[in-house]
Amino acid sequence: MTEAPMPLWEVFIRSRAGLAHRHVGSVHAPDAAMALQSARDVYTRRGEGLSLWVVPSAAITASDPAEKDMMFEPTASKIYRHPSFYDVPDDVGHM
Amino acid sequence: MYTQGLTPQASEDGNDPREAAFQARIDAEDRIEPNDWMPDSYRRTLIRQIGQHAHSEIVGMLPEGNWITRAPSLRRKAALLAKVQDEGGHGLYLYAAAETLGISREEMVEQLLAGKARYSSIFNYPTLTWADIGAIGWLVDGAAIMNQIPLCRCSYGPYARAMIRICKEESFHQRQGYEIMCALARGTPAQKDMAQDALNRWWWPCLMMFGPPDSESQHSDASMRWKIKRFTNDGLRQKFVDATVPQAHLIGLSMPDPDLRFNEATGHWEFGAIDWAEFRRVLAGDGPCNRERLAARRAAHADGTWVREAALAHAAKRRARREAA
Ligand SMILES: [Fe+2]
Ligand SMILES: [Fe+2]
Repeated sequence: MTEAPMPLWEVFIRSRAGLAHRHVGSVHAPDAAMALQSARDVYTRRGEGLSLWVVPSAAITASDPAEKDMMFEPTASKIYRHPSFYDVPDDVGHM
Repeated sequence: MYTQGLTPQASEDGNDPREAAFQARIDAEDRIEPNDWMPDSYRRTLIRQIGQHAHSEIVGMLPEGNWITRAPSLRRKAALLAKVQDEGGHGLYLYAAAETLGISREEMVEQLLAGKARYSSIFNYPTLTWADIGAIGWLVDGAAIMNQIPLCRCSYGPYARAMIRICKEESFHQRQGYEIMCALARGTPAQKDMAQDALNRWWWPCLMMFGPPDSESQHSDASMRWKIKRFTNDGLRQKFVDATVPQAHLIGLSMPDPDLRFNEATGHWEFGAIDWAEFRRVLAGDGPCNRERLAARRAAHADGTWVREAALAHAAKRRARREAA
């Protein structure tokens, strides 16, 4: 018989001051405090970080990769969102 | 995170039109991510391989754990403890990677304890002397690194990312093992004999770690096409032999293989016949320590049950109290 599943948590680490927290993996733990403990032991054994976040995996809403075209394709045609779209005189220098 | 709401899509392998697009992505070195469509056989192959890999890391803690309290110095003890702890971490990264494919860690552990899932045959050999700890780090972790470096480019994203993390940690494992062997090989005649004896016992089982010869390997073709695997068993085995033989000679040890010779023309070390009957016997459950290893895992799991149950009950109680407040 399969035993009761242990909740899953996503782990994020800030590796240096000035950098954003980055997803590194997941851990199983009964509650947030133990998830944090476990994340420390599993993902920061060699000074990988200054700060840790654990987030219940079930709390994450993700976009569906099958709908990635519908989701992201419309930006491909909007080249006027990029600076290189605009013509300015060369002699204006760096702008 | 990807296990939630994931319903494995049924596909008759071979005649789903999505399969061609899937293979095209792989051919273009694109990475496959958890919620992407994939053929069932790709999913099953990965679940089996990553699960076996995770189990190997966990069972692999046992032969070395056997020597932690008997390490000859504090330095050696701290290093061995850190290494064994790393292996536990490797097991956890890998279980998490397998879970993204829609199997739970509980299910995988259950398969291991029921004897239905495999782990590397190498961990069914005993660690009889301290030199075995040197031989394991040097040879077993050395062979594992050979296997694992190409897996950092595996087509399945979560597995590749776990392997990158693991490979970074493995190189200390191999170096600490080789350092132990160097110290023994430079020591008293009795110490040197102990090092040679460990090498004699571990060498052949290490060559078997790469799996059956290419002529007999049943999973290789599809795995190569899917870029789960990038080198053949025999190819990796040869790389390992070529890398390791000079390391043994450098510290005055010799391989237990009368047929070993360097081929000037090919630049490779040629080695004698591997006893595949032994490999199959160990894999089938009849190695020197198979029963002991599984019994140790079962006991650890059973002894921890009340802790897992109590922790879950405690968390549920606190949640209920918070919600009532
Ligand atoms: Fe490992
Ligand atoms: Fe290792």
